[in-house]
Amino acid sequence: MTELHKPRPTGRFGRAWDSDIAYSFRQSPVAVVAAVVSLILILGAVFAPLIAPYDPFNPASLNLMDGFTPPMEPNAFTGNVYWLGTDNQGRDVFSTILYGARISLFVGFAAVLFAMTLGITLGLIAGYRGGWVDSLLMRVADVQLTFPSILLALLIFGVARGFIPPAYREAMAIWVLIVAIGLSEWVQYARVVRGATMVEKNKEYVQAARVIGAHPVKILLRHILPNVMGPVLVIATIGLALAIIAEATLSFLGVGVPPTQPSLGTLIRIGQQYLFSGEWWILLFPSITLLALALSVNLLGDWLRDALNPRLR
Amino acid sequence: MTDTPLLQVSGLTRYFDVSKPWLNRVLEREEKQFLTAAADVDFEIKRGETFALVGESGSGKSTIAKMIVGLVDPSRGRILFDGQEMRFEQGAAMRQLRRRFQMIFQDPFASLNPRWRVGSIIAEPIRTFGIASGADINREVGRLLEVVGLSAADAEKFPHEFSGGQRQRIAIARALSSKPEFIVCDEPTSALDVSVQAQILNLMRDLQDEFGLTYLLISHDLSVVRHMANRIGVLYLGRLVEEADAKRLFTEPQHPYTRMLLDAVPDLALSGRRRKPVTGEIPNPITPPSGCTFHPRCPLVVDICKQQVPAVRTTPTGRAACHLLEESALSSS
Repeated sequence: MTELHKPRPTGRFGRAWDSDIAYSFRQSPVAVVAAVVSLILILGAVFAPLIAPYDPFNPASLNLMDGFTPPMEPNAFTGNVYWLGTDNQGRDVFSTILYGARISLFVGFAAVLFAMTLGITLGLIAGYRGGWVDSLLMRVADVQLTFPSILLALLIFGVARGFIPPAYREAMAIWVLIVAIGLSEWVQYARVVRGATMVEKNKEYVQAARVIGAHPVKILLRHILPNVMGPVLVIATIGLALAIIAEATLSFLGVGVPPTQPSLGTLIRIGQQYLFSGEWWILLFPSITLLALALSVNLLGDWLRDALNPRLR
Repeated sequence: MTDTPLLQVSGLTRYFDVSKPWLNRVLEREEKQFLTAAADVDFEIKRGETFALVGESGSGKSTIAKMIVGLVDPSRGRILFDGQEMRFEQGAAMRQLRRRFQMIFQDPFASLNPRWRVGSIIAEPIRTFGIASGADINREVGRLLEVVGLSAADAEKFPHEFSGGQRQRIAIARALSSKPEFIVCDEPTSALDVSVQAQILNLMRDLQDEFGLTYLLISHDLSVVRHMANRIGVLYLGRLVEEADAKRLFTEPQHPYTRMLLDAVPDLALSGRRRKPVTGEIPNPITPPSGCTFHPRCPLVVDICKQQVPAVRTTPTGRAACHLLEESALSSS
């Protein structure tokens, strides 16, 4: 009884804490752990310059003699101790991971944002207009789905490089990467938004807006978009994990960000060259970080999908 | 000026293309198929009156309502609002016209955007037509909420915090917010509990008296229609089969279909009168029967009914489309 008669909290935060979704979050240990892990990684990446003990991209602070120092052991020549060891150039692995996660997360978020914007726009148009516009957009989407998205990202990356003068290639690489990953992932958003739009556009609240002659763009953005965002947020969360992995894959293949600005994928590529010569730490720690990041974001997405699905409650 | 009807509908017709996709048609050697939702519907609504359209499901009631407010384009026919032809496109003249009519929908759970606060929902027509701005909007929304029997503080809430009847009140407040003269009510009470239906209907009547509104009421419920309407049009398979003064339609139905509908109404007085049950079902509108579309169900059917579409004839109570009316066979039967 007392549970039922608890006073409803007031204020924005109080109401958010009291909401169904917050309750479902508190009830799910997996979601809490995943949220804590991703939060630590994201904060570490964002505040990398403050946290990292060394600046791995300042050649002046690097000492080649420090190269290949194992974790927690003093270097044979300099006596320096590094938590997670150093790589071939004497860069502190812990610091490179922090900076690498920064690049990975930036590319991931930006690519998801790009894919989301593109997918939502095209999905809304296809779903609302219907007819040949819908057919055209969805056939393009179908064709794109027949290619593995990583292959498509490789293609876009290659084509874009052909258009960019060599002097700008290094500076533009990260943006090209974002566009390439974004373009290869928009289909998911477009399909979901199109389906939801087709359901929403026939609802009477949309008809009420049409009766008073509201502009179609206004109807799409103000009426339909807020009602189709639920599933989009779920795909976006899982899409973030996918984009981070896609970025790592491309960087691992050597077509991603330049080695002067290594992401987690680049670090793994560098590390795998030394795996068989016994310097396991250069590969292992970036890999664990990537795994933890992708897994925790993915688990969060899974939880969000279940929490927002009324049929699974 | 006052004797021009507020709404004139003439020859209103709508086909829906229900054909299979082109490839299937070619492979299966099928013709294109059309569903006739409304065929040559004519009627007029005078200022201040309530005109009701009744009919079974699939008789085209809602399609006609949607054509009048521009949600569905007519295939043929004209809609004149206060003497001006309605052309549903963007433009200043149409905006002026749109301000003067509104619509109330059937399902109050779908007709309010679940993500919007009630205040924004009611203010949407005010903002779209630029009727008021700033703090005036909030004052107007509060006033409208009180007009429909809610409290001004409800503007801060979301639709899911209200019951069906309260939501329909919100929908009515939204319809009133652009100060319209004419409101199309598409089954405004059929999604509500019986006890709430009467409240909403009485509210609608009070508002009609207060603001001089004209209603087009779409309903399948004859008791609702009897309570509300001045004149009634009976639809069957997209055709208007009878139109009459509301009181006399119930006492002196002219068309056999109207009689069948009235016979089917259960009465709580339990008069014990013998009722003829409604026989048959509404035919498939893709392949309507020849001649008078009602002939397969009509108890008085004669040969001519199967061959010719009956013309509309003037009756003592209004108009009706039936071959038998001329010989006054109905009144003697």
